[in-house]
Amino acid sequence: MTHIVASIALLAVGGAAVWIFPRSILAFLTFQGALMAIYVARIPGRLRLALLGLGLLVMMPYIGSFNGYYLEVATQVGIFAALALGLNIVVGLAGLLDLGYVAFFAVGAYSWAIVGSPHGNVIFGGGFPLPAWMFYVFLLVGLLAAAGTGVLLGLPVLRLRGDYLAIVTLGFGEVIRVLANNLDKPINITNGPKGLTPISRPPLPGFIEYNQGFYFLVLLIAIVVIIVNRRLEDSHIGRAWEAMREDELAAQAMGVPLVRSKLLAFACGASFAGVMGVVFSAKQIFINPESFTFLESIGVLAMVILGGMGSIPGAVVGATVVTVLNLQVLKGLSLYLNELKNAGTTILGYNLANLPTQLEPAKYERMVFGIILVVMMIVRPQGLFPARRRQRELARAGEGGPPAAPSA
Amino acid sequence: MDLELLVGIFPQVLLDGILLGFMYALIALGYTMVYGVLEFINFAHSEIFIFGAFVGVEILLGLKAAGVLESLPWIVVLILLLLAGMAASGLLAVSVERIAYRPLRHAPRLIPLISAIGVSFFLQDAIRLFESIWRNAFNLVYPTIDILNKRYELTATIDIPLKSVVVIAAALLMLWALWTLVNRTRIGTAIRAVAEDQAAASLMGINVNGIISLTFLIGGAMGGAAGVLFGIQYSLVNPYTGFIPGLKAFTAAVLGGIGNIPGAMVGGLVLGLLEAFAASYLSLLTGGAFGAEYKDIFAFSVLILILIFRPKGLLGEVVRERA
Repeated sequence: MTHIVASIALLAVGGAAVWIFPRSILAFLTFQGALMAIYVARIPGRLRLALLGLGLLVMMPYIGSFNGYYLEVATQVGIFAALALGLNIVVGLAGLLDLGYVAFFAVGAYSWAIVGSPHGNVIFGGGFPLPAWMFYVFLLVGLLAAAGTGVLLGLPVLRLRGDYLAIVTLGFGEVIRVLANNLDKPINITNGPKGLTPISRPPLPGFIEYNQGFYFLVLLIAIVVIIVNRRLEDSHIGRAWEAMREDELAAQAMGVPLVRSKLLAFACGASFAGVMGVVFSAKQIFINPESFTFLESIGVLAMVILGGMGSIPGAVVGATVVTVLNLQVLKGLSLYLNELKNAGTTILGYNLANLPTQLEPAKYERMVFGIILVVMMIVRPQGLFPARRRQRELARAGEGGPPAAPSA
Repeated sequence: MDLELLVGIFPQVLLDGILLGFMYALIALGYTMVYGVLEFINFAHSEIFIFGAFVGVEILLGLKAAGVLESLPWIVVLILLLLAGMAASGLLAVSVERIAYRPLRHAPRLIPLISAIGVSFFLQDAIRLFESIWRNAFNLVYPTIDILNKRYELTATIDIPLKSVVVIAAALLMLWALWTLVNRTRIGTAIRAVAEDQAAASLMGINVNGIISLTFLIGGAMGGAAGVLFGIQYSLVNPYTGFIPGLKAFTAAVLGGIGNIPGAMVGGLVLGLLEAFAASYLSLLTGGAFGAEYKDIFAFSVLILILIFRPKGLLGEVVRERA
């Protein structure tokens, strides 16, 4: 009961706060916090759905109509939530640590960027960019391309021990980035570091603002991804993945086809990234290899770890928290510090105007990721919202039961 | 294709490759020692390495500011830098183990690896934060010590600067010292015993935690020395420079057979040579279609191939198989 009341109250307070202080980051944070709390609170499913629907379908677009940046943040959260869910399959369910996940995102992004921008003419002759509605076809193409890349990477490396697999996937991620950076010769495929632009954006219904429409598109895809994930988790392939994560030998003895299951995990995880890559390139209009660095892979990993490996609500909440931290909190802190600096404020006798110019909180996302990873591993390896099965298993290991098998 | 050019640059490329190879070998020691004892990839080793380079550059800049850099003999400066870099990186490695790895020693294998990635990212920005506040810049340049740049002519077309000789000599000396320590002393025996079986070693009266700390200290110190030498050789350091050499050094360790000290040297040299030749010859051989940018891909392909076809490395792994 308290959960129900608290959920409704939080949403009301969050909404009101943004309404009264449309420029306040804290107000928007309260609103986001309310949505996350509702997502994980112990309330009846229909009420949850109704409240989330109200928040995401009505309040959020409305907020977006007077503060475009918040809508941008919400759209980014959607994209990263889908990415985190994809990585969650590979790392959380199947227990394969993939440190080059962003490579699949890049494959998706480039697959649309090349044909959706005039650059396609350079490779294939004339006829580009393709008509904008082709974007919807390329959602599928991006999915297939990324899944194919996942299988291609998976085939040779899946025999490796867990920690070696991690390093090889890292190397693979770097290879894709270096390729994107250098395939402007001998044939100009990616246009190298200069990147591709302008990338066509999909046609959307005209009765709302374009950015709101785009937000709905991302939301729709994210919801589909969540549903697919939930179905996968309870399907027999999901159980096979978890069995494999716990003990490969035992799983194999029980008839789980290891290679096929692992390949499927790679392909599934990659396909979500591929779809979101297509969406991302259309959203940004411009992409270059800088968007697909190791830092991004670790960012997505931090989201999965923070929420809890193998946990769907965990991945969503993790993606929200990390994205908001980067886009709002660190940026907000930078702006705030700059204001203080320009005003020449003094704290404890130290004039902030003397702060070094190189000190920009917005540039310290690595530190944020690093702290998240280390602290979570030491204090709460099961994450903030552990998957139920995972939780039981970790609790047992802690009580001195049979030691947890190496998850790799 | 210009055959004369191909042959002409060969000795210089060979020299560059050897130099790079020794650099990788020194860094690889940190990975290999820790992996040998704990079967754990110390992902933060690349930052422990670059930390040594930063300690070195800070001391050099300090000496320069104090105006004594020119008056001290270069060998004293060099030894001072190396010792300081080794001490700083060694202690950093020990503290990292204490804080971020030790609590996770019995956790599933991927847990400490993720923690190590976190430490690596944290340290990169921590160094950046410190230098931003301290110097308002985080891309630092090693002040030149003139005599180290003096070039010795080997033949009419090849010459080698003194600093490269120093790097190679220091690397050889340290590899030899480490090999002796591990194979010829009581401490080395204890390290090998802990690597073999922690429980049994502990029953024999070996302080397992102490030995593990010592392993990190030695590996970190080698990394720190490599950092200082890296700075002297290549001049430019920033908090993120360590990452790629670190990854390649890990590749070198795997290539030579992880846990194996001579293996680290062989792996480092092979990788360094491959990379130097790829960097110089790829664009010549393909008529400019593929340039030196592909040398990283080259190194990673080597890693993938070696793991698929010879996962125990060239000289064999010195890691016991876990049941």
